[in-house]
Amino acid sequence: MLKTILAEVKEYKFASIMTPIVMLGEVLMETLIPLVMGMIVNVGILKSDMNMVYKLGAVMVVLAALSLTFGALGAKFGAEASMGFGKNLRKKMYENIQTFSFSNIDKFSTAGLVTRLTTDVTNIQNAYQMVLKMCMRAPASLICAMALSFYVNKKIASIYLVAVVLLGCVLFLLIKKTMKYFNEVFRKYDDLNASVQENISGIRVVKAYVREDYENEKFKKAAYNVYKLFLRAEKMIVINMPLMQLTVYSCIMLISWVGAKMIVGNTLRIGDLSTLLAYCMNILMSLMMLSFIFVMITMSIASGERVAEVINEKADIVNPENPLFEVKDGSIEFKNVSFKYNKEAEDSVLKDINLKIESGQTIGIIGGTGSAKTSLVNLISRLYDATEGEVIVGGENVKNYDLESLRDEVSQVLQNNVLFSGSIIDNLRWGKEDATEEECIKAAELACASEFIEKMPDKYETHIEQGGTNVSGGQKQRLCIARALIKNPKVLILDDSTSAVDTATDAKIREAFRKHIPSCTKIIIAQRISSVQDADKIIVMHEGEINAFDTHEKLLETNEIYRDVYESQTSGSGDFDID
Amino acid sequence: MAEESSKRVPKGGGKRRMQGPPPKVENPGKLFKRIMGYVGKKYKFQFIVVLILIVISVLANVQGTMFTKTLIDDYIRPLTKMDKPDFHPLAMAIARVAVFYAIGIVSTYFYNLIMVYINQGTLKGLREELFEHMESLPIKYFDTHAHGDIMSIYTNDIDTLRQMISQSIPQIFNSIITIVSVFISMIILSVPLTVVSVFMIFVTMFVSAKLAGKSGKYFTAQQRDLGKLNGEIEEMMTGQKVVKIFNHEEKNLERFNELNEQLFDSANNANKFASIMMPVNAQIGNMSYVFCAIIGGLLAINGATGMTIGKLVSFLTFNKSFSMPVNQVSQQFNSIIMALAGAERVFKLIDEKPEVDNGYVELVRAEYDADGNVKESIMRTGKWAWKHYHKDSDTTTYVPLEGEVILDKVDFGYNDDKMVLHDIEVYAKPGQKIAFVGATGAGKTTITNLINRFYDIQDGKIRFDGININKIKKKDLRHSLGIVLQDTHLFTGTVRDNIRFGKLDATDEEIFRAAKLANADGFIKRLPNGYDTVIKGDGGNLSQGQRQLIAIARAAIADPPALILDEATSSIDTRTEKIIQEGMDKLMKGRTTFVIAHRLSTVKNSDCIMVMENGRIVERGTHDDLIEQKGYYYRLYTGKVA
Repeated sequence: MLKTILAEVKEYKFASIMTPIVMLGEVLMETLIPLVMGMIVNVGILKSDMNMVYKLGAVMVVLAALSLTFGALGAKFGAEASMGFGKNLRKKMYENIQTFSFSNIDKFSTAGLVTRLTTDVTNIQNAYQMVLKMCMRAPASLICAMALSFYVNKKIASIYLVAVVLLGCVLFLLIKKTMKYFNEVFRKYDDLNASVQENISGIRVVKAYVREDYENEKFKKAAYNVYKLFLRAEKMIVINMPLMQLTVYSCIMLISWVGAKMIVGNTLRIGDLSTLLAYCMNILMSLMMLSFIFVMITMSIASGERVAEVINEKADIVNPENPLFEVKDGSIEFKNVSFKYNKEAEDSVLKDINLKIESGQTIGIIGGTGSAKTSLVNLISRLYDATEGEVIVGGENVKNYDLESLRDEVSQVLQNNVLFSGSIIDNLRWGKEDATEEECIKAAELACASEFIEKMPDKYETHIEQGGTNVSGGQKQRLCIARALIKNPKVLILDDSTSAVDTATDAKIREAFRKHIPSCTKIIIAQRISSVQDADKIIVMHEGEINAFDTHEKLLETNEIYRDVYESQTSGSGDFDID
Repeated sequence: MAEESSKRVPKGGGKRRMQGPPPKVENPGKLFKRIMGYVGKKYKFQFIVVLILIVISVLANVQGTMFTKTLIDDYIRPLTKMDKPDFHPLAMAIARVAVFYAIGIVSTYFYNLIMVYINQGTLKGLREELFEHMESLPIKYFDTHAHGDIMSIYTNDIDTLRQMISQSIPQIFNSIITIVSVFISMIILSVPLTVVSVFMIFVTMFVSAKLAGKSGKYFTAQQRDLGKLNGEIEEMMTGQKVVKIFNHEEKNLERFNELNEQLFDSANNANKFASIMMPVNAQIGNMSYVFCAIIGGLLAINGATGMTIGKLVSFLTFNKSFSMPVNQVSQQFNSIIMALAGAERVFKLIDEKPEVDNGYVELVRAEYDADGNVKESIMRTGKWAWKHYHKDSDTTTYVPLEGEVILDKVDFGYNDDKMVLHDIEVYAKPGQKIAFVGATGAGKTTITNLINRFYDIQDGKIRFDGININKIKKKDLRHSLGIVLQDTHLFTGTVRDNIRFGKLDATDEEIFRAAKLANADGFIKRLPNGYDTVIKGDGGNLSQGQRQLIAIARAAIADPPALILDEATSSIDTRTEKIIQEGMDKLMKGRTTFVIAHRLSTVKNSDCIMVMENGRIVERGTHDDLIEQKGYYYRLYTGKVA
């Protein structure tokens, strides 16, 4: 995990190395300053030598200025290194995500990817900065202060050593225990928030059943549990402060006693006493800092692992070595194809599919929820790879094509489609970057989208909100069809893409297809019989298998499932939801 | 799977609040007072104890530092001059200091411990109040606020409050006490040196303010760039599959890289200036030390203003512990402002007006006496009646609960200035099935929102069993109206709990019966733990159809006389729908039902179909009538123009 993410430091390696080095400089200055302070007292003030005080004062000013320079440089390098690291991590993840196949995306889920790109990177970035700045600073400060203490006075320094070891051990145990408690708290806390989320989105149900009081009781119980767990965890943390005070105070008193005796015995000078007191604080502060770093690192480990997962994920569909760039025609063939989303799964989603579609045909697909209609068409543009068997488009196995060429020729309108923020024409040009305005208008006309676009105030320049929230379901579907048509593909797949379009418009779109793109193979998945009944042939899918593949009339005669669906929708159409 | 989990991401609430320049808060004093009011409500006594303990803890610390002076001036220097030094008095002095230290440590422990209780207790209370108040808010609130924003009140805003109460306030108090006591001690030790120290503090504050101004500018830029980048990430991750289909990866990457670089620039600058603050402050503190040492040294050598070596050494220690709390106060001040902004949002929700209910007609258990009159009953009769008190005649009448619903010339708009429903007339006799069809946005769902008073109408009347629904207690009105929505919202818990949601005191027998009626019993039994299978995350581990069946069972167990089915089967394919339809038909039997659907099979057998267009009912009648009319419905139905 560490290797993966640290590889992304890249051009910020210099800053990353410089940060701890200049921090080391700062620490050195900071530890020297109390020494000089002690000397000011010892050789200057106590001996009433003002000259010495000036000299040492000047030395101290220089040291402070150096320290400031190092500190400022540390701030600069630290910021650059950590922000750059975060930038590179995001970039690397995003780049890799662009190569992901559908199954890679499914594995992480949209929300999962968003969190990894945002919150997780921020966590790592902050921890990285902390570590760069403190990983040298804290131990160095500890060691320097300790060494100088020994230099000033061995006896007193050994008191520190004992205190540091003792405090260090206790802190370590304390942190380990509280971390465990806190992890538990955060899990419960997430549950609590999830229940709030449920209540917000399901408020209509709560209100309709008059269950406000019931939900309040439930929430109170959950809130009480979180409260109790938080108490348990924070009660542990509370020990930290007094523990620290205990150590510092004990040291001070021991030094006072031992120091006084030594001064009287002439083995210590008064100035040394103040130096030692200052180092005492330095040493214990660094120790606290170290424990803080430890916590930061532990907390960001989970984020690091999540990010590394995305970076290390191998796209499972890649271009072949010597790809074909041209798809000859729109013929499609499935040879003994089986498919599973997950290799470990027991049952196949598609079972032993054999199918032949000629170029230019219109094919309808009908079948119940979960009958694998979508899974079937997803293999054609190689959104997923068949687990067994061959999928052949234009006479070649889809695995032999250049992915981009294949997907340009096999244009698919997804079931859950997405429009992007931008103008309508921008969205249409997703299909073909350099499409002229005429091409866009023509595609919109074919998809029966021009009729409502023309009515909009800004026509083709109308701004679409993120996710297409400002157009209705039916309008969105028609825009998505137009976007797919602009590619001028050899195969067009509509996956339940006219479900929110009224029957009349639906028929008009199909009519336009027949007239204007006769050579394109059209595959239409639909719930409505009316959307498929005039197709050349209709596939009836049932539990992952092709139950029948024939014309509307034949199917009515011979196929029970088809007849069932037909009768449940009776004549004409079935849907009223129009625009 | 992708869709399931993305559903749980609060929509529209993607703005993450990050550290940055303090946001603008109106009336911070009032807000602060209100927060303290919450703390004080339950924990006034404890809070005062905490303040006292903090004072003790700080004083213990200060006396320790003062001891350095005593140690040097009163013990060490005299002792060095003695031939036979007697360490006994020193031991006693150290023991005294130790006792004070011990008291200080104990105080520190207890004030921190009590703070934990105060903090967590206050938050628990606040969370409960928030939630309880949220539950009382009208549907309008949820329709007009992004769910992600409401959610972030519970997570981000409460969290900033937690930090403020548990850390900022005690620390600021601690710092202030330290500043005051150190200041007093410094004055006692030496007035001129105190002046020098205070002057240096002002220098620190001046430089900090300059730096903060500079970094603030970059923080604003960082915030803006972060928002842009996160927005892009969210949009593109949601559309990643479309990106693949259109081979848009390269172009996407270009845009992303541009935004990513922009963020790096502003974040780098913001961060740089913010981190320079620390060394700058520390070194100004060191300068202060040098100046004091030089001036103090001169004074001590000349013996002017009563300066002694011990005093100087002591003072120098104080000098260090003077600048630290001052820096702390300014840091904590920032986080308090942040917390106040969070508090503002918390209180905004709490101050939101709850749903008002002026209804007085109640639903009571009923029985019929020998003459067929309705009477109130204390027994479980299975029959219900509306208890209607008439003020003008001081009489109470009982109307049996039957489920008749009348909409009489109803006009409605979400705002007063824009009506979305015009002159709606619907007459549903008990047990009838009324269907609404029409385009998206024609106003079908809006009508159902009115019957259970999720929204109140502007003009006209809605009557339930002949009683104006404004007179009926909302709770009782809603009890008599079941509802099944297109988005089935199930709650985390077992399948059993979810069905029981419709009737809290339902026996297992009743649950099984309801599940059987909804055709859900079969699949529930096949789940790994049957009725005790835990549903997680809004039912993500069940199929859409299965979730819908549970929702139907939930409505069935409530056994209301009237039902609203809003697109309840639209996301299910026709074959699966047939199975659900059976359950639905059983559920609808004997109940007044309002059905919204765009599928013919669902509406065809209705007693009356209302065809809606632009907020008006344009055609009405049975399926056969409407086909006969050859109007709008006919066109929709056949796809032909008559």
